[in-house]
Amino acid sequence: MESIKLHYDVPGDDFTRAGAASGDVKRTLKQLGVSPSVIRNVAVAMYEGEINLVIHAGGGEIDVEIDEENITMTLSDHGPGIENVELAMKEGYSTAPDNIRCLGFGAGMGLPNIKKYTDEFKIDTEVGVGTTLHLKVHIG
Amino acid sequence: MKVKEVQEILNAEIICRDDLLESEVHTACGSDMMSDVLAFVKEQAVLLTGLVNPQVVRTAEMMDMHCIVFVRGKRPDLSMIELAEDRDMIMLCTKMEMFTACGKLYSSGLKGGSGA
Repeated sequence: MESIKLHYDVPGDDFTRAGAASGDVKRTLKQLGVSPSVIRNVAVAMYEGEINLVIHAGGGEIDVEIDEENITMTLSDHGPGIENVELAMKEGYSTAPDNIRCLGFGAGMGLPNIKKYTDEFKIDTEVGVGTTLHLKVHIG
Repeated sequence: MKVKEVQEILNAEIICRDDLLESEVHTACGSDMMSDVLAFVKEQAVLLTGLVNPQVVRTAEMMDMHCIVFVRGKRPDLSMIELAEDRDMIMLCTKMEMFTACGKLYSSGLKGGSGA
């Protein structure tokens, strides 16, 4: 099959809409007949990333490419960047403010969870410039 | 058990999708922290929470959950109800507190799922 490419702009000022892109990708994968466990991995990883874009970066962009072997997700933002990636990857470490915790997020599980649900995980970040996550989930 | 039994055990009000009352659920989890639901939940079908915002529905959607129970008398707003209806989720609302609601369901046979 030819690869399918999807693009989403994630607004940074609308927490209520966060997750809309991930839900759309989930439904697309379901229509394509991708296995439920792969769909779950993609959906959770992308949703965590989408929430991060809204909480930490003032929004961003997500590109998804689906081919026969992989689902590739690229999440990029022009937010503050991550000062200490090693620390950010630690379960339970969070820089989210209290108002975000009141919304049910900011437990410090985002990045570790994204890594857990993906087969390939790469993070490019620069303080003051932004962050890009390169994620891949294998279909086979 | 059927969602209808969950509703009866919790003396819960049905908020939306009463057509799904006959659907079967076997596992549940209770949390106000959606981060933890995404990180630790495996195959649970019912989410009990006291948190009220659209991300509760989004989280349940990503985790393939079919039923959301709001505890402590919390009520979803219209946008949440519309989202749940569209995603084929039944919403219930109980006045019970989280601990009591979870305990009643657990003692009635609903399990925490693998790893719980």
